[in-house]
Amino acid sequence: MDVVLVLVVVAAAVILIVAPLRLGRGNRGEAPVGAQRAELEAAKEAKYREIRDAELDYRTGKLAREDWQQLDRELKADALELLQQLDELDRVR
Amino acid sequence: MLTAGRVLLVFALAIALYGAVASLYGARISNRVGLGGRSGRAWIASGRHAVYALFGVLAVCFVILEAAFLRSDFSFELVASHSSTTTPAFYQATAIWSSQEGSLLFWALLLSGWSSAILFLSRARAREIAPYATAVLLGIAAFFCGLLVFLETPFGRLTPTPIEGAGLNPLLRHPAMMFHPPMLYSGYTLFTIPFAFAVGALITRRLSADWLRTVRPFALAAWLCLGIGIVLGARWSYSELGWGGYWGWDAVENASLMPWLVGTAFLHSAMVQEKRGMLRMWNVSLVLATGILALLGTFLVRSGILNSIHAFGASTLGIPFLVLISVLVVGCVALVVSRAPHMQSEHRLDSLLSREAIFLLNNLALVGLCFVILWGTFFPLISEAFTGEQSSVGPPWFGKYTVPLALVLVLLSGLGPALAWRRTTAANLRRELMAPVAIGVATLVVLLAAGVERRAAALAMFSLGAFVLAVVVQEFARGVRARRAMTDEGIPRAAVSLVRRNRRRYGGYIVHAGVIVLLVGVAASSSFQKADDVRLAPGEQARIGGYDIRYVRPTSEIDVASDGKSLEKINLGADLQVRRDGKVSELHTERSYFPSNSAGLGAVSRYFEGESTSEVGLRAGLGHDLWTAVAPDTSFLDDTIARGDRVFAAATKLSVEERSAQLATALNLLTARYQVDAPPARFRVLVSPLVTWIWVGALIVFAGGVIAIWPPPAGATRRVRAPEAARLARELGRAWR
Repeated sequence: MDVVLVLVVVAAAVILIVAPLRLGRGNRGEAPVGAQRAELEAAKEAKYREIRDAELDYRTGKLAREDWQQLDRELKADALELLQQLDELDRVR
Repeated sequence: MLTAGRVLLVFALAIALYGAVASLYGARISNRVGLGGRSGRAWIASGRHAVYALFGVLAVCFVILEAAFLRSDFSFELVASHSSTTTPAFYQATAIWSSQEGSLLFWALLLSGWSSAILFLSRARAREIAPYATAVLLGIAAFFCGLLVFLETPFGRLTPTPIEGAGLNPLLRHPAMMFHPPMLYSGYTLFTIPFAFAVGALITRRLSADWLRTVRPFALAAWLCLGIGIVLGARWSYSELGWGGYWGWDAVENASLMPWLVGTAFLHSAMVQEKRGMLRMWNVSLVLATGILALLGTFLVRSGILNSIHAFGASTLGIPFLVLISVLVVGCVALVVSRAPHMQSEHRLDSLLSREAIFLLNNLALVGLCFVILWGTFFPLISEAFTGEQSSVGPPWFGKYTVPLALVLVLLSGLGPALAWRRTTAANLRRELMAPVAIGVATLVVLLAAGVERRAAALAMFSLGAFVLAVVVQEFARGVRARRAMTDEGIPRAAVSLVRRNRRRYGGYIVHAGVIVLLVGVAASSSFQKADDVRLAPGEQARIGGYDIRYVRPTSEIDVASDGKSLEKINLGADLQVRRDGKVSELHTERSYFPSNSAGLGAVSRYFEGESTSEVGLRAGLGHDLWTAVAPDTSFLDDTIARGDRVFAAATKLSVEERSAQLATALNLLTARYQVDAPPARFRVLVSPLVTWIWVGALIVFAGGVIAIWPPPAGATRRVRAPEAARLARELGRAWR
């Protein structure tokens, strides 16, 4: 019983570990373009969150109107740049 | 199955070492063009799969051990020394982590499980950092597997196999204690993940906020689990240890609090880096410190280096842990110093009246608090190094430094939410703080008028607490008003939508409110507690903290084990009548005596000379708790017990069944005599205000933590294809929809 259990577990683990080497590549998620897209998407979401946070700060009275407008312009410019980079990535594909 | 377990542990060690090497090798060649790059990615993937495989193999080992505990298979040395057939099934299932070896296996299992989770979820992100993080995680896993293989194997064989085990330590037979270790270990192992990614970010010089975003949910989960573990430990201490306290500044308690404090600092400062690109070196250092403090906590529990009721006692693990921690500290310092030029801030602090300035101060206070606790915890070793004698510092020393720092933190937790990022104008600050400051001052005046001036620290905590709660309520009110102005929703719906759309912010505010409630409970219960030790005979009464407590009658009973044959414990207790303001209620407290397996004890005395635990009589309320514990005086039974020992020692011709039946009769007579002739018993009585609010505050903290960690609504990550400006406006519009 001990031997069978050990053989089954070892075989399953070895198959799992060796699989990427046997196929000769990492999985699709690791393709450089896919990884870059994921990072840009994450950066975009973070930037959106910042824009919303700034707006919430303004609407709840923490930010003066002019401060918010300036901040909003800067953050939206950053967000647009990220969107352009994402579109660029689509074109390359 | 012992052999299978041992072989699989060796295999697990091999997997961890292979995976670490494969990940590093893959990272090294993955940047090559063509086949070399593809091969590198394959090695990286193989290293990641090794983490999954490690988790699988360790899970099988854990199941083997767990099954042995549930079957009471005493050929497993570990089962024989930490369980018994009379141990209730629930505690048999959880006894695995009451032992050094079992808890090490559990630690390694959790580490591999959480590592698998992050590597699977982030397999398409942090591409350059992940292989190094994988290597670090597997390196630490290999360390633990090495301990399990070479020093503390959970698969030791016991020959000949005994028919009964020693049983679980009675002090650990408490529901909170069974969930407390898994939560602590989850916290410690989850904090290893940001640590590993920080090392990866330093090695690859990818020190922007990307890696922070990847590990943030895991850092928050670590913080949450460790916090739950700490509170469960406090609850166990309060209701099981018989001294009436929930925190004793014990070395092991401190060991869990330190990474939690630095982790709290990191969760705040990470926001500053995400928003402003500042504090990069500080953030990396905090994450590294948190990971090392988590390992230091594990070291303190396992090395026996410091005295603690929670530690596993002296062991051979001290040196390996010390070597690991030293290597990590030196390596981390070298990495941070060598990468310093890559960690310049993108921006400078615009204003001291900004949220990031408050976060910076909050970080300094939290790290200062951690340093004080670290110094106090290691003071016995420091004093021994200089004077040759170990001397320790007690709660008053800790209180002297931690209370002022805690007050500063409370103040900052109110100021932070009131200020905007970058800068806040004086006019806005006035508008934000006017009402909360008025409420804080009003609270102070009311308390002074009520005569609470004698306890300055508690007075300050209550006033600052009122200020912070007012800030939080004001934040919710203004947020709901802003949302209603844009969406015409009703108040309840607007409140829910506001939190749902801004989980991090409002989850954080809820956490602040919970921390304040908890700290108010701590301040009130520690400053205004009435405690007394009284000796009462049946029928006598005493007045403590406004309660008239009468010792009505002594009680005694014998608990039969779940197998229906053997005796699990003897309970000697007291029924109390409690009267206050004309209201009368009953309380019961008892001391449970568990039989000892010591060969030197007689057949009867072993039931009175083993471990004993207190069952507290607790009347918990929102205003205050009445806490009682009895210490029965059994000395009048000593002669009878000794005579019983002699009788049973001479009765060699009795069969096992006859012996058991006669022993049960003798114990029944003894316990019945206690009910009739019990001498005065000693009672510890505590009347502690607002203790319940500590647990309520903890629940609020965890509710806020869960809200903050919950992923954003499904639509929030959907990609929209459209001309960019319009697309930006449309996607951002989701904030108010």
